[in-house]
Amino acid sequence: MDSFIVISLIKTFVIFAVLMTTLAYLQWVERKVIAHIQVRPGPYRVGPHGLLQPLADVIKLITKEDLTPPYVNKPLYLFAPFFAITMALLSISVIPFGPTIEVAGYRTWMQLTDLNIGVLFILAVSSMGVYGIALAGWASNNKYALLGGLRSSAQMISYELPLSMAIASPLLISNTLSLRRLVGTQAGNLWHWNLFHGWQYVSFIVFLIAGFAETNRVPFDLPEAENELVAGYHTEYSSMKFASFFMAEYANMITVSSMATLLFLGGWVAPWPEQYGSGFVPVVLFAGAGIIALMHGLNPARKRDQYTLPVVGVIFLIVAAVFLLPVVQSWLLPLFWFLAKTGAILFAFIWVRGTLPRFRYDQLMGFAWKFLFPTAVLNLLATALVVALVS
Amino acid sequence: MDVILFLVFAIIAVLAAINVVVQTHPIASAVSLIGVMGSLAVLYLLLGAEFIAAAQVIVYAGAVMVLFVFVIMLLNAGAEVRKGRSFMASLLGAPVLIALLALLAWFVERIYPESVGVHFGGFTGGGPDAIGRALFTTYLLPFEITSILVLIAILGAVVLARKEID
Repeated sequence: MDSFIVISLIKTFVIFAVLMTTLAYLQWVERKVIAHIQVRPGPYRVGPHGLLQPLADVIKLITKEDLTPPYVNKPLYLFAPFFAITMALLSISVIPFGPTIEVAGYRTWMQLTDLNIGVLFILAVSSMGVYGIALAGWASNNKYALLGGLRSSAQMISYELPLSMAIASPLLISNTLSLRRLVGTQAGNLWHWNLFHGWQYVSFIVFLIAGFAETNRVPFDLPEAENELVAGYHTEYSSMKFASFFMAEYANMITVSSMATLLFLGGWVAPWPEQYGSGFVPVVLFAGAGIIALMHGLNPARKRDQYTLPVVGVIFLIVAAVFLLPVVQSWLLPLFWFLAKTGAILFAFIWVRGTLPRFRYDQLMGFAWKFLFPTAVLNLLATALVVALVS
Repeated sequence: MDVILFLVFAIIAVLAAINVVVQTHPIASAVSLIGVMGSLAVLYLLLGAEFIAAAQVIVYAGAVMVLFVFVIMLLNAGAEVRKGRSFMASLLGAPVLIALLALLAWFVERIYPESVGVHFGGFTGGGPDAIGRALFTTYLLPFEITSILVLIAILGAVVLARKEID
């Protein structure tokens, strides 16, 4: 019992620290990727390639003046950002990152807790997250903020239906609501993933589109459309209150990406079994990156590259060597696959933001109710029929 | 532990429920109602009905209350003004309420004299599979009738709304 509490506390601390760092650096990654899509360097001044920019942003946001306008509804105005960030961080607690690991004689899962209703828990928490945005818009007592909050709640109610329907199809195939067992049913080869079961790529695409809308991302970012609503629901927020909305948005992005990974892409399972050499994929990737960096370091394009690039190359080679150690392989490989799949979906999020323009509001609603929802319902009915016939 | 959690969330539920009535602003009442729904979900969870708890949060605290908040925001409803309070109501309100509650308690005591108290952890059939099996075998007819009832209600709302537009 005591060891359970201690292990849970340690796991909570580790996951919290890693999640917070990821949130800060996800924003750096987003700015860099969008900058390169638009052929400009992006953050470059603070640290090498702007790597310390998140740290500078955190210091800036903490030390900024925390302004509370005199006309707001104070209790709800203070409650809304707190609620938004709480609900966004809560859902990470049921997401499994890997199988059991053994640390100092204690066996534990790479997950905070496994619920037999894990998928429903995430749906419940994410449906509660709307209040943070809606109440922020209302309590600000500002027409732009109110419009942003209204748009956001209407959008989230509409897109939650196709999202739940799209989640239901892989659940029918895997026949469980526990995220851990959901991954267990997809173990083995690539074609055991729910994505490749018949036409399940339809549910995957519906899930991703609805996920974009649920997280208020481009092309569905009408709640914070700058050119019509100033900053939308967080117009009146400054300092850390603004930062908590920002962090909530990124945390929701991570949750949606992890959910897509767990539901459709087999979670931490490698694309093909380990006896056919899937364990060497990260080694080859990191070693290749290291060798490329070393080669560019030998023929430097700029003068300082002859020092920096070899250092980067050696770091990559060390990481590749770490993946070969049998001691860490048992937990590092699943973690690598989980992070690689989640990272790929996160990259798709950023990629879409760099490419697509924003919807018009009537297009947004028409798309949800006239196209996405019927598609999701038909897909669910067809999947249920096939599952009933096969089993 | 269970009893402490029950007491905490039961008190929150009752206080929030009272707050729903006391608050004059509709948004404040709606937020209190979300608190009631949330603490009820925790009570379901304590009783071992995890699926019902999740459904309570998703359907009531999530979907229904978001619609409430949305409509209140859309209509931009202001705070209520207290008016038309009759002298009789303020005089007789509390005694009549207490009498009603006492009468209810007496009837419950009469009808269920040997009721066993609820104990936590005694119920285990609250998972999604047990609920699904019960809904689609034992209670199939009531379940389907309820869904048709909801459909009729939606159609009624559509008909009513259309008449107002014309």
